[in-house]
Amino acid sequence: MNTIAIKELLYKMADDLLIMGHRNSEWTGLGPVIEEDIAFSSMAQDKIGQAGALFEILHQLGENEPDTVAFMRDANKMHCSQFVELPNGEYDFSMIRHFLYDHADQLRFEMLVNSSFEPLAQVAKKIKGELKYHVFHANTWVVKLGNGTEESKARMQTALNESWNYALGMFETGDFEKELQSENIFEGEEALKTRWMANITPFIEKANLKVPDQSTWAPILGGRKGYHTEYLQQLVEEMGEVFRLDPTAQW
Amino acid sequence: MYGNAYIDPNEKPLSILDGEDPIKLAEFEARIDRGEKIEPKDWMPKEYRKQLIRMIEQHAHSEIIGALPEGTWITRAPGFKRKLALMAKVQDEVGHAQLLYSAAETLGKSREAMINDLITGKSKYSNVFNYPALTWADSCIIAWLIDAGAIINQVANSKGSYGPYGRALERICVEESFHLKYGHHNVVTLATGTPFQRQMVQEALTRWWPPIMHFFGPSDKISNHTTILMRWKVKMASNDDMRQQFLNMYVPKIWDLGLVVPDVNLKLNEATGLWDYTEPDWDEFKRVINGGGPCNAERLAVRRNAEEKGRWVRKALLQKDSSYVTPLA
Repeated sequence: MNTIAIKELLYKMADDLLIMGHRNSEWTGLGPVIEEDIAFSSMAQDKIGQAGALFEILHQLGENEPDTVAFMRDANKMHCSQFVELPNGEYDFSMIRHFLYDHADQLRFEMLVNSSFEPLAQVAKKIKGELKYHVFHANTWVVKLGNGTEESKARMQTALNESWNYALGMFETGDFEKELQSENIFEGEEALKTRWMANITPFIEKANLKVPDQSTWAPILGGRKGYHTEYLQQLVEEMGEVFRLDPTAQW
Repeated sequence: MYGNAYIDPNEKPLSILDGEDPIKLAEFEARIDRGEKIEPKDWMPKEYRKQLIRMIEQHAHSEIIGALPEGTWITRAPGFKRKLALMAKVQDEVGHAQLLYSAAETLGKSREAMINDLITGKSKYSNVFNYPALTWADSCIIAWLIDAGAIINQVANSKGSYGPYGRALERICVEESFHLKYGHHNVVTLATGTPFQRQMVQEALTRWWPPIMHFFGPSDKISNHTTILMRWKVKMASNDDMRQQFLNMYVPKIWDLGLVVPDVNLKLNEATGLWDYTEPDWDEFKRVINGGGPCNAERLAVRRNAEEKGRWVRKALLQKDSSYVTPLA
């Protein structure tokens, strides 16, 4: 097994989930309807839990304890895509990001169920089942709001336009794509992106929204390699604020 | 979590039974005496409906406003275990609001109207949430002791006469008991931790003690409404009784942890079997509940902002020609 390649793969998935979960949790108490506070909190709990499970695999591969890894790293040591670290903005952006991100993540874990790296395949089975409901939630709302009022349609289209290149950045290839493929660990980012396009397109059409013109596509890359927006450092400082007071203490 | 329903003692004494049909009223009171539950479509006196709406609505508001001081610590909770648990706890509180708004709606006031009364300052919510949770330890003290107080209040009220409220409270109390365990575990961890953690939790207790003593509301001697509300089983225990029950259950646990309660007069009176304590500052309580607390303006501003930012979403949901979308995933 190519441990370095596996670690790279695990870190980017775990960091995406950790940061996306953190952002989802920020909706607690602030949703447009109470039911959505609750929904985003449920998804946040799933994602943070899933991140924890992946950090646990990393720990078994020799990395630090999950708490230390998650709560002590600075932004430039993190491998999440820039898409997940952007602030929540309003509900339109949060919902479109949720839709684009969760479709990708669900497909990623579906693919990983067949991974030759057994600990990941095991975890993927469980995670895939949870993400089904996240996708279910996103599809319902995107179609609803895309077909709602003039304002909701316009907002959803604008959010989709603004999210698109960030979303493409989720599929930034790593240094070990070939190794992961040849060892049947993961089919790779390109294969995932193709499936993702096929999966989201019918819902975007059903929502009467339009995928931005292909001539404007320019994936925003760098996140996987530790280059981030200014928002991530703020986020990790906030997330680690208490833990960092005394990392050796029991909290 | 929840504080006791606040009734303005300066409100004009009620001509509570004016215009009520004496026969129906007698039947209603007989049903309550027999321990029957009153259900939404049953006849009830206007005052019963009004007081219940006020009480359930205040309780619902307290749940969503209460999510704010603790919610600010979700993003800062130290470690996976605490982060997950706090998210689940605050989510429960928001879920309680959902449950309670539904219960109040059975009495004829819509959720929109209730939330509108909240953000315009017409309806009250529990006074404790007008204080800030300054440190992580504050969020732990809230989860333990405020939730403990809430359980005492809600277990009592769950035996009240209005069916939908009682059933909601039974469910809520089960969840609150987990919150209390979560809070207690946190406080134990800090109180038995490093000197820094110990100091942090002691300071939080010192800050939160006055609001905790205020939590059950002013002594019932001050309240005009208590008698009839207790007869109708709307209010099930007096504020002083609940405060005594709280002190009896939790002061020994606080002392066990070596923490100091900031009240030199606090002691169990062997002769009466009741706790002696310094009378809470009720002028401060009134000042805060009427808008003068450290966080009143901030809490309502956050809530108002959420309502305003979410308006377009709710409008889109209510669009006439938008039908329910069957999820296809």
